[in-house]
Amino acid sequence: MIKIEKRNDVPMALYFFTPFIAIILTILGGGIIFYILGFNPIEALKFYFIIPISNLYGFSELLLKATPLCLIAIGLSFCFKSNNWNIGAEGQLTFGAIVGGGVALLFYNQEGFYILPLVILAGAIGGMFFALIPAILKTYFNTNEILVSLMLVYVSKLLLDYLVVGPWSNPEGFNFPETRQFSDSSRMPLLFEGLRIHAGIFLALGAVMLSWFILYKTYLGFQIKVSGLSLKTAKYAGFKGKTMILIVFMISGACAGLAGVGEITGPIGQLHRMISPDYGFTAIIVAFLGRLNPFGIIFASLVVALTYLGAETAQIFLQIPKYTGQVFQGMILFFLLASDYLLFFKVKILNLKKNELRH
Amino acid sequence: MSLDISFIGILIGSIMASSVPLILAASGELITERSGVLNLGVEGMMIIGAISGFALMVITDNLFIAIVGSMLSGVIISLIFGFLTQSLLTNHVATGLALTIFGIGLSAMLGKNFVGIPGKEFPILFSSLRESIPFFGPILFGHSIVLYFAFALPFLTNYFLKKTKLGLVVRAVGDSPVSASNQGINVILVRYCCILYGGAMCGLAGAYLSLIYTPQWIENMTAGRGWIALALVVFATWSPIKVLIGALIFGGITILQLHMQAIGFRIPVQFLSALPYLMTIIVLVVISRDSRKIKLNTPTSLGRIFYKEK
Repeated sequence: MIKIEKRNDVPMALYFFTPFIAIILTILGGGIIFYILGFNPIEALKFYFIIPISNLYGFSELLLKATPLCLIAIGLSFCFKSNNWNIGAEGQLTFGAIVGGGVALLFYNQEGFYILPLVILAGAIGGMFFALIPAILKTYFNTNEILVSLMLVYVSKLLLDYLVVGPWSNPEGFNFPETRQFSDSSRMPLLFEGLRIHAGIFLALGAVMLSWFILYKTYLGFQIKVSGLSLKTAKYAGFKGKTMILIVFMISGACAGLAGVGEITGPIGQLHRMISPDYGFTAIIVAFLGRLNPFGIIFASLVVALTYLGAETAQIFLQIPKYTGQVFQGMILFFLLASDYLLFFKVKILNLKKNELRH
Repeated sequence: MSLDISFIGILIGSIMASSVPLILAASGELITERSGVLNLGVEGMMIIGAISGFALMVITDNLFIAIVGSMLSGVIISLIFGFLTQSLLTNHVATGLALTIFGIGLSAMLGKNFVGIPGKEFPILFSSLRESIPFFGPILFGHSIVLYFAFALPFLTNYFLKKTKLGLVVRAVGDSPVSASNQGINVILVRYCCILYGGAMCGLAGAYLSLIYTPQWIENMTAGRGWIALALVVFATWSPIKVLIGALIFGGITILQLHMQAIGFRIPVQFLSALPYLMTIIVLVVISRDSRKIKLNTPTSLGRIFYKEK
């Protein structure tokens, strides 16, 4: 007989172990999907998870894709920890890229060491500003932040579309929907010759360190965690709820803006319609898979970046549609949420006879 | 373009057509939310309904199977959400988001071979009356059966919630699951049913898009309509009749911006396309400002996990 009991407290080891269960279940589920689609599951999984990172170039691509995911997820962890559902990071990324890209375009024919820092700063401010919209509407007008931040994703993408087709399009670009190339001074320095991995990864690592410090070593971090656990307690303790909401959204938006700027000044080098393959949405999964913990998020961003990379590799070599990547990402979150059941409940297998004797 | 009376009739008819997916999805979600469950997976369920409806139409060449199949696919995918939130007690918001991400990916994967295939013409009812009666003809006649169903649905939903015993059970479960449970109502079962019903309606809403409104399959063709439907439920303060009014307003904005684009209005196309999303934000702000009104109308246990010690 199976008995299910509620746990009194969550064992920490299990809390960080269940994401691994989720990853294993996702790989098994992926194998089943490949089988249904008519592919050899073992071979498909190999092309998905091993081949892409079996050489140096692949590993650099993995880090390249993990960088924006990690940055955005770090920002989101501030929001999610304090029960603020910012799901519009994709919009904040886009708007940050627009503002940062705008600055880069101002300097398109100039060189100078000060240009890149200006571009990065502009991107962070852009993202921050865009995240402030749902935050202010939530704090002063009681408006649902989920819906507002999401609607703004569509708005920002349309704005980007307007700019690259219209006023910002390259005058010598034969009407392609793209801007001029940025000058070399607006580009992230590459770390190694021949690889695409760039200095943006230090922004991500810096964000990890800073967020760990803020969350675990400062009064603000304490306030964020308490508000997440119990709003009533936070109110009773006299925390200024509204200011905190504005701050977590600003942090989150700035991180997403940085991610956007990292993409356009890193691998892309200009503005066009497709600056992000939904990094802003996928980072939500990264944040949860990393347990909203700065170091957990590093690990999770690598795992999820591999689904992007694997999907591309599998499409090239096996003609598996690349959308399986998104299916994998959705599955990871499903399995992670499902395995959380083990955190809150103990599954006990009882010996029936002993039980009967006791009665 | 002349703004004569028959043109206005045609305009109103097209506004009605564009509001149908919003009415269907929002009415379904309304029942789910009234039972205390917040399912943010509307967009994902709609897109799954859209591709399965279209794929079934291409494969079987039978529109009835396509429509029923799209509803069933909505039910199946919402079952994942139901199992996770009701049986495994997961967070409603995170699970709903996962459902949307999963649904969009799955639909693109399933729809890969259906891109570019032309759709089939969906039969319309009373097409002769549409032409013969000026003004009222294009408004009342010449629509698909799904449109008539959609316009009846808010009234049926209202009747169900207010006048039937089952409707009372749904409301009780949403407002006070503990008392409902003490009265012997199986809270989890009721919530499962409401989630699956919501899934069916979202599936139908998606199929309306891919089979009737723009008969073809395009990736991401729901284009945020699922999220607008979610906003509509808040806008309507959880009242079915107001869902109908809200959906017509949004349908109106969509059609208006399309016409402005067609006339060559001197505003960039992208700004006009952004109108429905901006309007959603503005409407939400106006409605939500009065926090007391929202609090009074929100199902009390919305989004909260219900767990009964056995």
